[in-house]
Amino acid sequence: MDINNYVSSGILELYVYGALPEDESTEVTRILKQYPEVKSEVEEIEKALIQLSAAVSPQNAEDLIKAIKQKLAHNPKVITMESKKSSNIPMYLGWAASLLFLIGLFLMFNKNQELRANLQALQVEKAQMETQIADARTDADKSKELLDVIRDKNIVKVPLAGQAVAPDAYATAYWDKSTNTTYIDVKDLPTPPRGMVYQVWSLQLEPLTPTSIGILDTYEEDENKIFALENTNPSEAFGITLEPAGGSKTPTMEQLYTLGVVSS
Amino acid sequence: MQQDKLIAELQSGNEKAFERIYELYSQSTYGIIYSIIKDTAVAEEVLQDVFIKIWNNAKSYNSDKGRFFTWVLNIARNASIDKIRSKDFKNKKLNLKSDNFVDILESKSNFFGKIDAIGLQKYIDGLGATCKSLIDLLFFKGFTQKETSEELKMPLGTVKTKNRVCIDKLRSKVLR
Repeated sequence: MDINNYVSSGILELYVYGALPEDESTEVTRILKQYPEVKSEVEEIEKALIQLSAAVSPQNAEDLIKAIKQKLAHNPKVITMESKKSSNIPMYLGWAASLLFLIGLFLMFNKNQELRANLQALQVEKAQMETQIADARTDADKSKELLDVIRDKNIVKVPLAGQAVAPDAYATAYWDKSTNTTYIDVKDLPTPPRGMVYQVWSLQLEPLTPTSIGILDTYEEDENKIFALENTNPSEAFGITLEPAGGSKTPTMEQLYTLGVVSS
Repeated sequence: MQQDKLIAELQSGNEKAFERIYELYSQSTYGIIYSIIKDTAVAEEVLQDVFIKIWNNAKSYNSDKGRFFTWVLNIARNASIDKIRSKDFKNKKLNLKSDNFVDILESKSNFFGKIDAIGLQKYIDGLGATCKSLIDLLFFKGFTQKETSEELKMPLGTVKTKNRVCIDKLRSKVLR
C-alpha cells in the first residue's frame, strides 16, 4: 500500500474528527498501528485541532477540575441493604443458587469473548501471511524475468559512468532491440532529493539530440531499482539526469549523473 | 505509547491519570462545547458533566475504534446538543447569536493554552470560506463526511481532499 497517498488522501483528518463510519475508522486504526508515519501524522492533526478548539474556549478551564472532583467524591457508589432478622434458609439458598448461576454465566461469557478475540487475531495474522507470500511470489517472478533479460545474448549492455555532479554514481542500461525495451539498473545512484526525479534519455550524437525515454518516479518504491522503459530510438548513448518532479522536456545538463555510449 | 498507558491508567480508575487527561483535553473540549452552546456559564456546566462522564465511562473507550480525543469529542458534542435541546435551556431564553467558531475567534481578546492568538486570528481571517465551513461542520458540529457533502453540495471525495488542504494550512500555522 502506498502510505504517502494514503496519508494525503485526507482520510486521517476525517478519522480524527470522528466523521468516518465505524468500519472505516477501525480500518484506519489498524493501519495506524502498523505504520509509525501514519500515527505521527494523526497525532499532528490532533494537536492542531486541539489548539484550534482551545482557542475558541471562553475561559480558562484549569480551576474547574476542583469542582469536578468534588462532584465525583459525592457520587454515592455503595448501596447498603437492610438485612431482615427472620432467617429464611430456603430463600438464602435460592439467592445463593441464582448468584452462582450468574457467576457461571458471566465466566462463560468472558471465556467466549476471549476466544472470539483470539480467533480474530489469528484471522488477521493469516491475512497478513497471505499478503506476504503473494508479495514474495511477485518478487520472485520479477527477478526471474530480469535474469532472463540479462542472459539474453541479443541484448546490448551499456555501462553508464558517473559524471561531474556525481562521480561515484553508476548505472547500467540493457537494451533489447528486438522488443524495443531498455532496462535501466540504477541501484548505484544516490536516492534523489525530495521533489526531484531521475529522467532517462536516449541520445543521438551527431547532432546531439536527447529524447526522454522515461521518468523513474517510482524510484523509492521499486526495490530492485531496475526499470523497463520503452525505447524505439536509434540510441547512440544513454544518459540520466536529475529533474524536478514530473520530468523536463530537455535534459538539465548540469545535473547529468551518468552517461554511457553504446559500443558496436 | 505513553498516551496508551495514560488511558489504561484512567480506565483502571487512577485519579492522577484523570487529572492529566483533564489538563490535556479540557481547554479544547471547553471550546467545542462553547462553540455549540455559546453561553459561558452553561458551557461550564456541560464541561463538568462531560468530564464526569469521561471518568465514569472510561472503560467503554475502545482504542480499536478511534482516537481517545475523538471519543472525548463525541461525548462533548452529544452532551452540548442534548443541552441545547433540553427544556430548561430553552426556558432560559438566552440571547444566542448564530456564531460559528470563526466569529467566536474573531471577536475574542483573551486566549488560553499555548497559542499565538493574533497569528491565529489573522490566519482564520485569511482562510477561505470553504475551509471555514468544512472545519465548522466536520470538527465543531460533528457532521459525517456524507452529511457535510450534502450540506455544502460538494462531492464526497472533494470534502475529503479539500478538508485535508485546510488542515494542512492550519497545521503550518499552529504547529511549529
